[in-house]
Amino acid sequence: MDLFTEGDPIADTRAPDGPIETRWERRRFEAKLVNPANRRKMTVIVVGTGLAGGSAAATLAEQGYRVKSYCYQDSPRRAHSIAAQGGINAAKNYRNDGDSVHRLFYDTVKGGDFRSRESNVHRLAEVSVNIIDQCVAQGVPFAREYGGLLDTRSFGGAQVQRTFYARGQTGQQLLLGAYQALERQIGLGNVEMYARHEMLELIVVDGKARGIVVRDMVTGEITTEFADAVVLASGGYGNVFYLSTNAKGCNVTATWRAHRKGAYFANPCYTQIHPTCIPVSGDHQSKLTLMSESLRNDGRVWVPKAKGDDRDPRDIPEDERDYYLERIYPSFGNLVPRDIASRAAKNVCDEGRGVGPTKLGVYLDFADAIDRLGRKAIEAKYGNLFEMYERITGEDPYEVPMRIYPAVHYTMGGLWVDYDLQSTIPGLFVIGEANFSDHGANRLGASALMQGLADGYFVLPNTVANYLAAGPFEKVDATHPAAVAARRDVEDRIQRLLAIDGDRTVDSFHRELGQIMWEHCGMERSEAGLRKAIDEIRALRDEFWQRVRVPGNGEGLNQSLEKAGRVADFFELAELMCIDALHREESCGGHFRAEHQTPEGEAQRDDERFAYVAAWEFTATGEPSVLHKEDLNFEYVHPTQRSYK
Amino acid sequence: MNLTLRIWRQSGPQDKGRMVTYQVDDVSPDMSFLEMLDVLNERLILAGDEPIAFDHDCREGICGMCGLMINGDAHGPQRGTTACQLHMRQFKDGDTIDIEPWRARAFPVIKDLVVNRNAFDKIIAAGGYVTAPTGSAPEAHSVPVAKADADAAFESAACIGCGACVAACPNGSGMLFTAAKVTQLSLLPQGQPERFTRVIGMVDAHDEAGFGGCTNAGECTVVCPKGIPLTTIGRLNRDYLAATTRHADTPGT
Amino acid sequence: MAVTGILLVLFLIAHMLGNLKIFSGATSFDHYAHWLRDLGVPLLPSAGFLWIQRVGLLAAVLLHIWAATVLALRARAARPVRYAHRKKVRGSYAARTMRWGGVIILLFVVYHILDLTTGTLNPVGDPSRPYANVVADFAPERWYVTAFYTLAIVALGFHLRHGVFSALRSLGQQTPRGEQRARLVALVFAVVLCAGYLVVPFAVLTGLVA
Repeated sequence: MDLFTEGDPIADTRAPDGPIETRWERRRFEAKLVNPANRRKMTVIVVGTGLAGGSAAATLAEQGYRVKSYCYQDSPRRAHSIAAQGGINAAKNYRNDGDSVHRLFYDTVKGGDFRSRESNVHRLAEVSVNIIDQCVAQGVPFAREYGGLLDTRSFGGAQVQRTFYARGQTGQQLLLGAYQALERQIGLGNVEMYARHEMLELIVVDGKARGIVVRDMVTGEITTEFADAVVLASGGYGNVFYLSTNAKGCNVTATWRAHRKGAYFANPCYTQIHPTCIPVSGDHQSKLTLMSESLRNDGRVWVPKAKGDDRDPRDIPEDERDYYLERIYPSFGNLVPRDIASRAAKNVCDEGRGVGPTKLGVYLDFADAIDRLGRKAIEAKYGNLFEMYERITGEDPYEVPMRIYPAVHYTMGGLWVDYDLQSTIPGLFVIGEANFSDHGANRLGASALMQGLADGYFVLPNTVANYLAAGPFEKVDATHPAAVAARRDVEDRIQRLLAIDGDRTVDSFHRELGQIMWEHCGMERSEAGLRKAIDEIRALRDEFWQRVRVPGNGEGLNQSLEKAGRVADFFELAELMCIDALHREESCGGHFRAEHQTPEGEAQRDDERFAYVAAWEFTATGEPSVLHKEDLNFEYVHPTQRSYK
Repeated sequence: MNLTLRIWRQSGPQDKGRMVTYQVDDVSPDMSFLEMLDVLNERLILAGDEPIAFDHDCREGICGMCGLMINGDAHGPQRGTTACQLHMRQFKDGDTIDIEPWRARAFPVIKDLVVNRNAFDKIIAAGGYVTAPTGSAPEAHSVPVAKADADAAFESAACIGCGACVAACPNGSGMLFTAAKVTQLSLLPQGQPERFTRVIGMVDAHDEAGFGGCTNAGECTVVCPKGIPLTTIGRLNRDYLAATTRHADTPGT
Repeated sequence: MAVTGILLVLFLIAHMLGNLKIFSGATSFDHYAHWLRDLGVPLLPSAGFLWIQRVGLLAAVLLHIWAATVLALRARAARPVRYAHRKKVRGSYAARTMRWGGVIILLFVVYHILDLTTGTLNPVGDPSRPYANVVADFAPERWYVTAFYTLAIVALGFHLRHGVFSALRSLGQQTPRGEQRARLVALVFAVVLCAGYLVVPFAVLTGLVA
C-alpha cells in the first residue's frame, strides 16, 4: 500500500502581492471590518492560553467580541510559553548595529532554511517592534541598562543584538503580561475562562468551524461549546517524543482533532532539537530541561580530542580539548543555529567522544568567561540557570563544566494556515506554535515568543474580523446533528479507552513511541529508519488499543484518561511525521536526511524538488493521507546554501 | 533507596480523605520527586489501584502547577526549589515522607493532592494588571526605568503563583502572592496610574477569597521557591494605607 | 494591631521610666506616684489624668485583643483541615508565640493591677505608699511572685520583638535594608524594655532596694 497519495496543489489565496513592505498594510486595509456594535453579538472560542492564545483572547475581548477561553492547566498563567528562557527578538535597532525589519526578515527566512513564506515572515519582522512597546506598557520588567533603557543581547543564529530579555525568564514575564491583560478582561466579564477544560473535538457545521467539544477535567462533564469562529492556540507536538522540553501536558489533540475534521497539517516532520539541554540521567526520566541558549554567548562547547577520555574535565589540558563549534564554524563559533549545534553534538558523541555517564553529552564550559568577566557578572547573567542545573544534576557549574545534550524543543510544523492564519476549514484560525507559518524548517532562537505574540496581539485580531464581517452566523446549539455526532464521538472514544482494561500503562506506550521517534525521526532520519519506524508505530498503536489500562472512570478527575487520549492522537501524528520525513528527500533545517548531505556533512537542500510546504489532508484512520503542495517563491531572499562557517 | 510514603488520598471534594502508606523501593537519587511518584503510580495502575492525582506540568520549576506539602514543608526540604525540581538525593534510604496537598479554605481539594487555586486568578483579575489595550502602547524607550527599579520589579514578578506561601502561612494568608504583583507594578512608571485602585481591589479580592490575614510571620518567604522577599508586603501595606487615606477618591492627589 | 500596639508600647516606655525612679529612693518614688495622680490638677479632678490614661489604655488593649482575635479566627477559618505533618513556624520563636504570649501577658496584667494598683493581692496594699508595696511584693520569701513577673516580662519581650517589627512592616517599612534595621530595632527595644522592667524586682530580691 502506498503511504500517501498526491492531490492538487494548494495556494495561499489571502497573501497580497506587490512590494513586500506594503503587503501587511494592504491586507489590513482590504480586510473587512466589524462595526463595534456588532462585535458584542459575536463569540470567538480560543483554545490555549499561552503567548498566542492569551494575547489573542485579551485583544479580541478588548475589541468588543465575546470570548470563551479554554486551557487544560488550572490557570491560564501556566501555559508552557512560561518556560521560554532566553528572550524575544525585535527589529528595534536600539544598538545601532545594523539591524532593521529587513534584516530580521532576512535572518528568519535564511534561518528557516528557505522553507517559509516571505510575506508571513516580513509581517512578523514588522510587528516585532510593536510587541516590545506593548509589553513594556503592560509592565513587563525587561532587563535594562543603567541609563534606564532596554538592554538587548545576541542570540543563536544572529550577529546583531536584537534579543530583549528578562533575566532567564522572558517567556514567563511576557506570558504574565498577556495573562494579566486576559484576567482584566475576565474581570470585566468580556471573557469566559474555562481552566481545566480540554478540547477533544472540533464541531464543523456547513463547512465552517462553529464550536468545540470539551471535557471538564474536574467533573468529567462533556459539553459542546459554540462560536462564530474558533482559534486554536494549543502549542506544539514535541511530546510525541515523550522526552522533550515541553510541559508534561502539552499535546497535539486539539490540532489533530481539527486535522481529522479537514484542516491540513503542514510540514509535520520539521522538529527543532535544542542543543543545550541537561542530559538524560536514567530510565525514570520524565522530561528534559532546557538550559537557555543564551548560555552559548559566554560558554564554550567542547569534548575531549581523544575517544573515551574519562578524566575529570578540569584535568584535561587545553590542547587535548576540541572546541568543535569554534573549529568547524569559525565565524559563528558557539553561536551557530540550533540545528547545526545539535547535529554537531550528535556527531562528536557518535564518534565516541561524548562525556558524562551515558556518553551522550558535551561540555559547556564557563571557565574562560568567569576568568574574563568575573564570577559576579556570570552570576548576574545566568545565576538562575546555574542554580537550576545544580539542583537537577547535583554538580556546580561554576566549578565543573556543564554537560549538555540536544533534546526535542519545538515543532515548526503545525496546521496549515493562509496569510490570515486561517486553516483550510473556514472559521478555524490557528496561531502560535500550533500553526506552521513563520519558521520554515528551523526556528531561530527568541523567535517563538515573537511569533506567538505577533499572531495573538497584532495579526489575528485584524484577520479574524475579515471573516467575522460575514457574521454573525446562523445559531447552532447542542441539538445540531454535527454537534451531537461530535459529542458522541468523544464519549465513545472515552468509553473505548476505559473499556480496554489491559495490562500496560499509558506511559509505557508513550515512552516506547518516543524511543521509536527519537531513534528514527529525531536528529537524523533515513529512508530505512523511517520505514521501520512507520511499521513499529502501527504495531504499537494496535497494541495500545488492545492492551492499555486506564483505571477509574470518566466522571471526575482522571489523569490517566487524559493521558491516554493524548497518546492515542500522538500515535496517529507520529505516523504522519514519519511519512512526511520520508517523502521529503532532502535535508533542510530541523529535518536532516542521512542520504542528503554535503561531503562535509552539512544539510543539503533540494530547492528544485522540495521548495514547497507539504500540507497533508486526512482521509480516514489507517488510510493514506493526501499531500497538497504549496510552492514557495523567494523574491527577496534568494535561497543559498546556509553557511555559518 | 527504599522509602515509606504516607500520602493524602481523597477521592473527591466531598470525601473526608485520609493518609495512606505506600512502600517505594529502588528509588534512584537522580530521580525528581515527581518521577518517584510516577514510578509509584505506574505500579498502582498495574496493581489495579487508582493512581495518586497530583498537579504538575512544566517540571522545570516555572509554571507553578506543582505543589506538595512534603514532610510539612511546602515544596519539600530544599530552599528555593519547587517540588518538580526537588531531587531524591535530598532524602536518605529508609526515610518516611509525608505528602499532603496545600491546605487552605481558598484552595479546596479536588482530588488527592490536587487543589483549586482559582482564587489567585481572581486576585489578579481584581487589579493585578496595567490597563494597556493592544495597540495603544507608546514607544518602549519613551519612559526610561531606573535599573534598580526594573530589577526589583523583576524580583517580585518572578512569582510563579504556586501557592506555597499560602500553604506554609500559619494564618493561611495569600499576602505574599498579592504583594508580589502589587510591588512589581508599583515600582514601574507604567503601574502608577492604577497604583491605588489596584492595591485596594487586590486586597479586597484576597480577603473575599477566604485567605487569612498577614501577621508578618515570614513563613511565606522561607518556602517561596522564587525567594519573593517579605519586604513586598511592606510595600503593599504602604500603598494600601496611602490608598485608604490620602488617595481616597480625591483626584489629583 | 499596629496602631494599638504602638500606643501600648508608648505606655510601656513611660511606665518603665517611672519604675526606674525606685532607684532614687522611697520619697522620690512615692512623690512621682502622687505627682501622676495630681497631673493636670486643677484643670482635672484628682487622678483625672490617670483615668483618662486608663480609659485610653483599656480601649487600646481591647482593640488590640479584638484585632488579634479577628486575625486568629480568620486564620482558623482559612485552614479548616489541618496538616497531618506540620513543621513549626521557622520565622522566629517570637513570631510563633505571639498568640499564647499575648494571653500570658493579659493574665499578668490582670494580676499586676490587682497587685500594685488596687493592692488587693499585695501584702502591704497601701495605695499611698507604692514604694513599700513594691518592696514587700518582691521580698525574697515571695520568690514565686518574682518568678511570675519574670516569666511575664520575658513573654512581653518576645511579644515586642515580633510586634514592633511587624508594626513597622504594617505601617509600610518596605526596603531590604529597612527590614534589617526594623528587626534590629525590635530586638534592641525588646531587650532594653525587658531589662528595664526586670531590674526592679531583682533589685528588691537581692536587697539592692529595701
